Amino acid sequence: MDKLAILTTFIHNIVVFNIPLLYGTVGEIVVEKSGSLNLGVEGIMAVGAIFGYIIGCYANSLGVGIAVAFLAGAMCGLLFAALTVSLQANQNITGLTLTTFGLGIYFFVGNGLKARGWPVMADYSNIKNGFADIAIPGLSEIPLLGRGLFTHNILVYLGVAIAVAMWWYLNHSVPGLKLRAVGENPGSADSVGINVKRFKYLHICLGCGIMGIGGYYMGLNMSGSFNSSCWINGYGWIAVALVIFANWNPALAILGTFVFGFFNTLRVSGSSLASAFPGALGWLVKIPTQVYQALPFIITAIVLFASSVKNKQNSGQPGALGLNYFREER
Amino acid sequence: MKKILALVLALVMLLSLAACGNSGNPAEQSAAPAAPAANDFKVGAIYINSKSDTAGYTFAHHNGITTAMKELGMDPETQLVVVDEVPEDKEQVLAAVDTLVGEGANIIFGISFGYIDAMEEAAAEYPDVVFSHATGYKCNSTNFNNYFGRAYQARYLAGVAAGLKSLEIGNNNIGYVAAYDVEYAETASGINGFALGAMAANPDAKIFVKKLGAWADEVNESAFATELIESYGCGIITQHCDSAQPQIAAEKAGAFSCGYNSDMTADAPKAHLTAAVWHWNVYYRTAIKAAMDCGTADKFVETMGTGAYYGGLAEGFVGISPLTENCAAGTKEAVDAVTELIVSGQWDVFTGTKLHIAADGTVTQEAAPLMDNQGNEIVAAGGPSVEDGVITGSMNYLVAGVEAA
Repeated sequence: MDKLAILTTFIHNIVVFNIPLLYGTVGEIVVEKSGSLNLGVEGIMAVGAIFGYIIGCYANSLGVGIAVAFLAGAMCGLLFAALTVSLQANQNITGLTLTTFGLGIYFFVGNGLKARGWPVMADYSNIKNGFADIAIPGLSEIPLLGRGLFTHNILVYLGVAIAVAMWWYLNHSVPGLKLRAVGENPGSADSVGINVKRFKYLHICLGCGIMGIGGYYMGLNMSGSFNSSCWINGYGWIAVALVIFANWNPALAILGTFVFGFFNTLRVSGSSLASAFPGALGWLVKIPTQVYQALPFIITAIVLFASSVKNKQNSGQPGALGLNYFREER
Repeated sequence: MKKILALVLALVMLLSLAACGNSGNPAEQSAAPAAPAANDFKVGAIYINSKSDTAGYTFAHHNGITTAMKELGMDPETQLVVVDEVPEDKEQVLAAVDTLVGEGANIIFGISFGYIDAMEEAAAEYPDVVFSHATGYKCNSTNFNNYFGRAYQARYLAGVAAGLKSLEIGNNNIGYVAAYDVEYAETASGINGFALGAMAANPDAKIFVKKLGAWADEVNESAFATELIESYGCGIITQHCDSAQPQIAAEKAGAFSCGYNSDMTADAPKAHLTAAVWHWNVYYRTAIKAAMDCGTADKFVETMGTGAYYGGLAEGFVGISPLTENCAAGTKEAVDAVTELIVSGQWDVFTGTKLHIAADGTVTQEAAPLMDNQGNEIVAAGGPSVEDGVITGSMNYLVAGVEAA
């Protein structure tokens, strides 16, 4: 076996199969920075996926697919905002409801369309070719990392670009500063003239839209093959945990996705790595499948534990996270 | 006036109670053993997933039941009652059985392995209803049987197609994405049947099995197939899992593939060779007809002839989907010749007789021991079939030539 090829495949797979986590995490960070805890990531990704995929195929345009996925996600965000910001509903319950609701819509629309004629991705050349790998000139020539990190589909690059853009927006722009103020202490933000409601609405919709694109990515990565299990496959929940891992920082979310993806992908590539490097990694094949399956969740538990014991001073968690803001109660 | 009204109402209630008591008397119900006619016979089914699924395991069974009912001139709209999305939990299965019996079901199919104990208990509780359990091993001598098929025979045929293709493309490595391997006789026999078929056509073929550890995990089904192609250099991919993701991944990577459960040509037109498939309607037609004809439920097992239905290629219960143009030359001749050997009962897969399939499709037999991949002899050269190991679950090994990936 070609050792270099195995390592390259491993790195490539870490990126390809885990980028949706980055979309989900960055989206959730934007939402949480406004002080809203939205546990509906899984459902929102599913809604973005199904509408993005179907309408994108009918329009035969990847751009339309991305836009529709964003809008579908944002509509879910609008629903969440209407319920929690305007009607003061409990955020946890609303988020969980949104998961059930989103998955319901996913299967309702998907099964309904499948009975009439499902759009097959291979038939839509612009979608299929648009999702093909693009090698970044120069960087993709680097051995090992070239194909591993710099030969990917356009949505991988877009995901990283969104993460960087959101990092800049939150930390280096005036609206970002105001948003953080809303999340930390909406009462104070209100007193200096920031429109708390508008900020919450806008950023919940923006964050949920980003999640929707992540769902669309998963649908495309599954080649749009619709079955009895959902494309999102629990990634939405992992994204919620990754927010804490990334300490509410979109740039760190990129790192978090790769660290997490590393363990996630060990399950896929563990045995080929073991046979390529029997001396150093031979032990990988002795680990039972069940441990690999549980690994992402074990890591999540460790991260949650570690972040809860470490010094709270540097925590990026918004002060008013999960608390509804009602001006008259101030 | 009010008093009289109350009295009348009380009387009415008393009467209605008595009426309820009458109709609920089990002695009276079983005193009318006349076999229900085709137009009032009711079929009940308990599904693990949704009946509105458009692919996968539950879909295959639902499709099989409705097709069989139509073949028998029954109307699934009115004569089929379903409780779906029932987890493998005894209490919930028993509750589903109660619902279906209440709806008047004459025969109840349970399609998931974990329903086994609940089905057994329900069969004792309702002796007037027939219980039929897929993939299980329990039965009684009256109203409870189990059913499954010799999928390994269809797997062998798909293996032959893959073996011939591997010779044509000059790559001996074949990848197998499996939900499980030796934990279940179902998966082990599928892997073994496929591997023996592939090696009959290409003696140098190597089967790399990558285990998912879950029945449905689409993301990893795709990732595992890609890994087998890129890291293990496999040129052909087959699978035992819930979706067509391995086929799609093979198509993307320019490899070939054999599907499972349903014809996957539409999912991967350039990659697909053939798929090992089930024709569940064959069993459901036989079972529903037997339940209608046998008079009383306690004669069901007797009418079926056995408590463990185990149909194969001969009954048409399993088979392969039409060979595509991607198949190597001579595949059809080879597959037809092997099918003839199996259907006529001259030969079976897990015996001490090995087939050699030449590139032109001619088949020759040779006595050779069946070995597992740990070097143990399973069947001596020329020995009889160990197919029973698939039903009883004792097939917990992989044959020589199969490697874990």
